[in-house]
Amino acid sequence: MASVSPYPWAPGFYEDGDRPQIVTSRFKYDDSYTLDRYHATGGYEGLKRALASTPEEMHTEVRNSTLLGRGGAGFPAGVKWGFTPAGVWPRYLVVNGDESEPGTYKDRLLMELDPHQLIEGCLIACYAAGLSQCFLYVRGEMALAHERIAVALNEAYEAGYIGKNILGTDFGVDIVFHWGAGAYVVGEETALIESLEGERGMPRLKPPYFPAAIGLYGKPTIVNNVETLSNLPFIAANGSAAFTGIGTETSPGTRMIAVSGHVKRPGVYEIVNGSTTFRDLIYGEDFSQGMREGNELKAFVPGGGSAPWWTPEQLDIPFEGKEAGAAGSMLGSGAVMVMDHTADIPAAALSLVRFYAHESCGKCVPCREGGTWLYRVVERVVAGEGTDVDLATIRQVGETICPGEMPHASSSRLGLAAHPFPYKMTTICFVGPSAYVPIHSALTLFPEDFEARITRARPRIPVMAVSAGDPR
Amino acid sequence: MSKLNDVNVALAKEIISRYPRKKSALIPLVHLSQEQNGYVTEEAMRHVAELVDVTPAEVYGTASFYEMFRFEPTGTYLINICGTLSCQLMGSQELMHHAEQRLGIKAGSTTPDGSITLQQAECQAACTEAPCLQVNYRHRYRVTNAELDELIDDLQSGKLTSEIPPHGTLGRQRQHIPAGRGLGVQAPESVTTAPAWLPIKAEEPK
Repeated sequence: MASVSPYPWAPGFYEDGDRPQIVTSRFKYDDSYTLDRYHATGGYEGLKRALASTPEEMHTEVRNSTLLGRGGAGFPAGVKWGFTPAGVWPRYLVVNGDESEPGTYKDRLLMELDPHQLIEGCLIACYAAGLSQCFLYVRGEMALAHERIAVALNEAYEAGYIGKNILGTDFGVDIVFHWGAGAYVVGEETALIESLEGERGMPRLKPPYFPAAIGLYGKPTIVNNVETLSNLPFIAANGSAAFTGIGTETSPGTRMIAVSGHVKRPGVYEIVNGSTTFRDLIYGEDFSQGMREGNELKAFVPGGGSAPWWTPEQLDIPFEGKEAGAAGSMLGSGAVMVMDHTADIPAAALSLVRFYAHESCGKCVPCREGGTWLYRVVERVVAGEGTDVDLATIRQVGETICPGEMPHASSSRLGLAAHPFPYKMTTICFVGPSAYVPIHSALTLFPEDFEARITRARPRIPVMAVSAGDPR
Repeated sequence: MSKLNDVNVALAKEIISRYPRKKSALIPLVHLSQEQNGYVTEEAMRHVAELVDVTPAEVYGTASFYEMFRFEPTGTYLINICGTLSCQLMGSQELMHHAEQRLGIKAGSTTPDGSITLQQAECQAACTEAPCLQVNYRHRYRVTNAELDELIDDLQSGKLTSEIPPHGTLGRQRQHIPAGRGLGVQAPESVTTAPAWLPIKAEEPK
């Protein structure tokens, strides 16, 4: 049993609660990332079970598990695999390990602490969906994950799990480690493919460039998130019934959720999907234990920086995609960022607006220009130099990125009814709308915080910047 | 002297051999050049272009898109302080202010002795450990002002040289596909049939 872990707040460190663990079960061991530990804890049994069945049977098993993609969109993985056109070869698997959504911290843990589980998941996916080469794309900024995955791949090759005639069968696949170089937008699947082809990481138009039809090198390509694939060894070894036995019918299994911000015990928790509520997660004794210093909860971001914000009124919503959507937000990538009553709401929104303005790839005008304008105007407001006109400008710029009504939460305090997710958008990918989402949420749910910042005097010249660094 | 050296050329060729198209190795090779030289030089980009069969402009075109590639000399240690929401809520702006005071430079610049470059960065996937920072892409969690001072002292006195390699080096262990184990690559155009393990019946007519 581990005593010293480089991840003092990682799951498994908490010995409380007896929640089911599907993907984090090895995190408690010091040597969780080694092949020896993996073997000692049932590793590669799922692959053996998969190889004992036909690819079609394995694909059906995954489809029956209703495993939802854990990257953000929440699309069933088994269904996604079925979208490849018949008779077109080769097909590729691209693993999306470019985790960089604000607040999201799970894929890096899975890659650093249990790389073999991910590799086994890749192998099962390749076997079931007939994918003949796998590219494991890891975010450039994760040096430790690079080392752990490279070593694990080398071990797995030596042990005969990857490469030719895997475990003495006809099944053979190469897994190639690939690393990025720092660009948030590359987390979008078509941008990821561009980047893997050695290009600037800019998203492609869909249609026609749905990766399952026209992906890497123009060939059918499945892009799956690290956490999604890490669930496959469990499903292969224990069957889809064991998986659907956890969680709810529409959202089975577990999810890794990172709770950060003003809570007593921030951490990454593997929760039961579908039934666990945000109240459980933020206030539960097994989880984050409520606000620090007995403060009041003011707002939280339920699904990563791109998700519209919620207030205490939404605490009882469970981790279920449809319910979250109806309440005006999304579950996204499993990232909950919590703000207590001391939080500076306009400044918090600014930090997210800056992020998305900075990360715009520049392909679509509304995002490239609009994001930067939003950043400049919001920064001015936060600095206390804003006017009423600036608030109107924010909404105007937002309207060019997301025409029509934006999703938002209900607020009995303000007499607001919820407007459901999603929004309409004028850009190819979600980076543009994501720059508007946080400031729209903050303005809609906490108008008085902005009122207080608005100066009705003539602004001083020059405007003073409040934050270090600026978007390029 | 900033072309890839012989050891790195061999590594580069090994990396290129894993992709169906050479250009896919472009980003890994630019990383390799940054590892060798500390930053990305024009000569290195020309060399990478030669190795992957594209023009130097294409190499620069791709490389200039990505945050991690630096085109001017950079400190031995690149300190990236995260400024995105979770870290901002937990005081990363104060931490950055302290770092600027301590090093006597603004974010985005390098100390006169060339040892440390300070930067504001975006989300580093350690949101529960806020405020966090990375030194040459190695994480430090829940960093206080005092811990930052200690870190800077340790970096400048050389105490951390074995733990943190100079800027440009990412993973120190690399993937090597053992001889005879890998399938090797095939040009995407040349593959027209289903992989061997798929039973024939799995292939539905078009």
